[in-house]
Amino acid sequence: MTDTLSLAPKTSPRTLPVDDRGGPRQPMLIVEDLKKHFPIKTGGAFGGLRTSVKAVDGVNFTVAKRETLGVVGESGCGKSTMARLLSHLITPDTGSIIFDGEKVGASGGISVRDLRRQMQMVFQDSYSSLNPRLPIVDSIAFGPKANGVKGSVARARAEEILGLVGLNPRQFARRYPHQLSGGQRQRVNIARALAMEPRLVVLDEAVSALDKSVEAQVLNLLARLKEQFELTYIFISHDLNVVQYISDRVLVMYLGQVVEIGEVDELYARPSHPYTEALLSSRPSMDPARRRTEPPLAGDPPNPVNLPSGCRFRTRCALAEEVCAKVAPVLTPLPDSPTHPVACHARQPGAGHSLSPAA
Amino acid sequence: MMSRSARQAATPAPEAPAMPQNRLVTVEDLNVRFLSRDGDVSILNGVNFTLDRGEVLCLLGESGSGKSVTLRALMRLLPGNARISGRLEVDGHDIAAMKERQLRPLRGSTVAMIFQEPMTALDPVFTIGQQITETLRAHKGLSGGAARKRALELLELVQIPNAPARLKAYPHELSGGLRQRAMIALALSCDPKLLLADEPTTALDATVQIQVLLLLRELQKELGMATVFVTHDIGVACEIADRVGVMYAGRLVEGADVGRIIKEPLHPYTSALMRSTVHAGMRGQVLDSIPGAPPDLAALPPGCAFAPRCQSARSLCVQDEPGSTSLPAGRTVRCHIHGAEAAWRTSPPLAE
Amino acid sequence: MTDATVTTIAPARPAAPVTPAQGYWGGVAKRLRRDPLTLICLGVILAIVLAAVFAPLISPADPYKTSMMARLKPVGTPGHFLGTDELGRDMLARLIYGGRISLFTGVTPVVLATLIGGVLGLAAGFFGGLVNTTIMRTMDVFYAFPSVLLAVAISGALGAGLLNVLIALTVVFIPPICRIAESVTTQARAEDYVEAARATGAATWRIITVHVLPNVMGPVFIYASSLISVSIVIASGLSFLGLGVSPPQADWGLMLNTLRQSIYIAPGQAVIPGIMIFITSMCFNLMSDGLRGAMDVKE
Repeated sequence: MTDTLSLAPKTSPRTLPVDDRGGPRQPMLIVEDLKKHFPIKTGGAFGGLRTSVKAVDGVNFTVAKRETLGVVGESGCGKSTMARLLSHLITPDTGSIIFDGEKVGASGGISVRDLRRQMQMVFQDSYSSLNPRLPIVDSIAFGPKANGVKGSVARARAEEILGLVGLNPRQFARRYPHQLSGGQRQRVNIARALAMEPRLVVLDEAVSALDKSVEAQVLNLLARLKEQFELTYIFISHDLNVVQYISDRVLVMYLGQVVEIGEVDELYARPSHPYTEALLSSRPSMDPARRRTEPPLAGDPPNPVNLPSGCRFRTRCALAEEVCAKVAPVLTPLPDSPTHPVACHARQPGAGHSLSPAA
Repeated sequence: MMSRSARQAATPAPEAPAMPQNRLVTVEDLNVRFLSRDGDVSILNGVNFTLDRGEVLCLLGESGSGKSVTLRALMRLLPGNARISGRLEVDGHDIAAMKERQLRPLRGSTVAMIFQEPMTALDPVFTIGQQITETLRAHKGLSGGAARKRALELLELVQIPNAPARLKAYPHELSGGLRQRAMIALALSCDPKLLLADEPTTALDATVQIQVLLLLRELQKELGMATVFVTHDIGVACEIADRVGVMYAGRLVEGADVGRIIKEPLHPYTSALMRSTVHAGMRGQVLDSIPGAPPDLAALPPGCAFAPRCQSARSLCVQDEPGSTSLPAGRTVRCHIHGAEAAWRTSPPLAE
Repeated sequence: MTDATVTTIAPARPAAPVTPAQGYWGGVAKRLRRDPLTLICLGVILAIVLAAVFAPLISPADPYKTSMMARLKPVGTPGHFLGTDELGRDMLARLIYGGRISLFTGVTPVVLATLIGGVLGLAAGFFGGLVNTTIMRTMDVFYAFPSVLLAVAISGALGAGLLNVLIALTVVFIPPICRIAESVTTQARAEDYVEAARATGAATWRIITVHVLPNVMGPVFIYASSLISVSIVIASGLSFLGLGVSPPQADWGLMLNTLRQSIYIAPGQAVIPGIMIFITSMCFNLMSDGLRGAMDVKE
């Protein structure tokens, strides 16, 4: 483990060809109208109704180069499906993904295979993310090898990356996943993603299953790697404190849609969507003398099969009015803050809500 | 609702007077070993605590710290390869010495348990109503009609909306939060004196977690139930606990009132845990993480189990296991720094 | 970033003595060594196999030499350790030679069925959709018949003979092996590590050979090894019904069949082939159970 010190500052030249095409001002990722509906059958075996779960339903956002976009939301809000749509592990129904100025899968754009090389994922479950039958060094070297890097080169590089994530290769390279602790396994998963020399890393609840003391280590590691490799992160989590810590901007999802996007400090200080506000005030107080007395929301999120009409949050929203049931709000920048879009009638001028600001 | 959600009232943690006749649970030198073909593993190594009637104790710890095993030992709900020793007294019953047959009536009536995953406690083939009425008839001998009436009251008690309809629902037809409430109703059906809660809010979404936490706090006060609440989340402990017991490697390393433990943690592990927990306003800082990982329970280091990760460790710490020191205001701590003698101060620092 | 960050990642002192890294098969061997029952079963099977392979060398007598004077001699007769059968042939010699055919008919169909069923199941599980439906529904057709009945029907249609028994048994075993392979593959395919492998842009065959196959092979092999005992019993049954090998060939099932007529005269002799079948299938069963435990990484 002490080898980390000598290994850490050393970076080696890229083994896979990648270039920054669009320049620093081109967003790393532009997502437009991304949709994925999963068909399901309800009712009996005969004559069951065919409907669909709108897991991701028209999502738009951009990620700038070298920024960290936090994605928060409750289970079933579609954040994990969205992560898989981005790297085409699930094929989107509609919508386009533009990676560094190149449209994914389009003629003249970037192929899915090339996209995957530059966009890697780290999953929540550190154990099921690793093949139990492979020594970890082989798991890390698999991706580069599959992309034509010579076996011996890929393994040497894998050992080096193990050092970078804080695991002494001499001690750990030949170990199997079950011989590691949860934190060590998640370091291996990060190393596996890094081995592809990605430019964008999607971290899907990557620290959620770790103990608090280990979580802090991995968060520090992620921060250091981001600097060292000039990475862009999409950090998906249900833990609002961790998202606040790591993100530059935060995207809030509710039932397959984006309800609010904003700079982290502004969004946490001035949440504009009622759902964001409720989410933030659902955090335990951390002060036994000033306990929460009233839950900000009642009930569970509705079943994603039978979505409410209009605004999807209106069934739990204290501000809900007639217009909310009729018209679905569109993500629109706040009048006084162009970088802070919100999908709520009560915040949009002329939306017909009694709280709508004057146009 | 928005204004309500932002409001927080000042509710000071109640001081629980330690009257012996008020004592519900006494645990002394609790040891649990798991036998396995690869050798025995000591899960708990001498856990001591007491719990008064109506008091909420949070056992706080990371995975493998032994918090869940401690909870299950209170009902002796451990796998067959577990060996328990030490004193375990609940409501005057000597749990450690009782026969399995004598324990059964105790479980569910005097002591009830709720879990992280409600589907482990609810039977998928019976409706919520059937399960609660069945329990009421078996434990309390209520007639069918009286039991159904009480079941409805219980669902209303746990604030399940549209309770009469939910009585007829099967567990899988309920959402996660409602299922958790139904499980709480089932656990409360026989007016337990002690509620054991094993991370009951961990799997829930943030907005639902706070609802269930507040419900549990309300019910606990209303019914005067003592509660042992296992969690890994300091925030959850802040919301619900009267007292907190911090566990590490099968030992209770620190015990105190929740307010004191948050304000001035004494054990180096407790304070390191607080420092490494991410909370608001830490953006951009390098987190003060605890180096290394919790020890392998099958091969505990000599001396204090936390010493290899402790910044204050001295030679004494890797040689002698610290005993439990009692401090004013009912605090206990297992650390040489707070030991009775000045041995730690005179002990040489560890060679790097 | 500075050294300060780096040091927070590396622990000041190792928290606990680290367990030595140990290969997957090393772990299997270690767990097996602690399981005497499985080792005994392995030993018995090894002895039976060796005896069958080296039959001409170790056989105490000619298994086909009849003697009208020494019919149905009991166990322990001088010169005939396990006695003789209804034609005065040495029982021990016939059991040893019979092991050749019985083990052959026991193991061969299982190996063939594992290859065919395994590939079909892997394809069905990995590709899903229409491929899955086509393969699995076809298997369901075979599943509709009880395995013994199916084997009898196929053997009966093809006619008596060793080759036809092998074909019949292979057909009988393909559906259950295919089903296991399919369900294990479906599970493995959903694992995050397969997802992660796809996210590297690796080719499908590479993902199957590196990440799916090794994790499917274990459960399939273990299940298949438990089928060997079933195979021996059904093959014996087919011989017993006259659909398998024909006399004077030595086969445990056939021996049981011919000795059946003498069960009231020499019950002790009649049960010997039965005991042999029982011991062998028992050992295969217990061994596969033991292997299942030893090969489980999570133990």
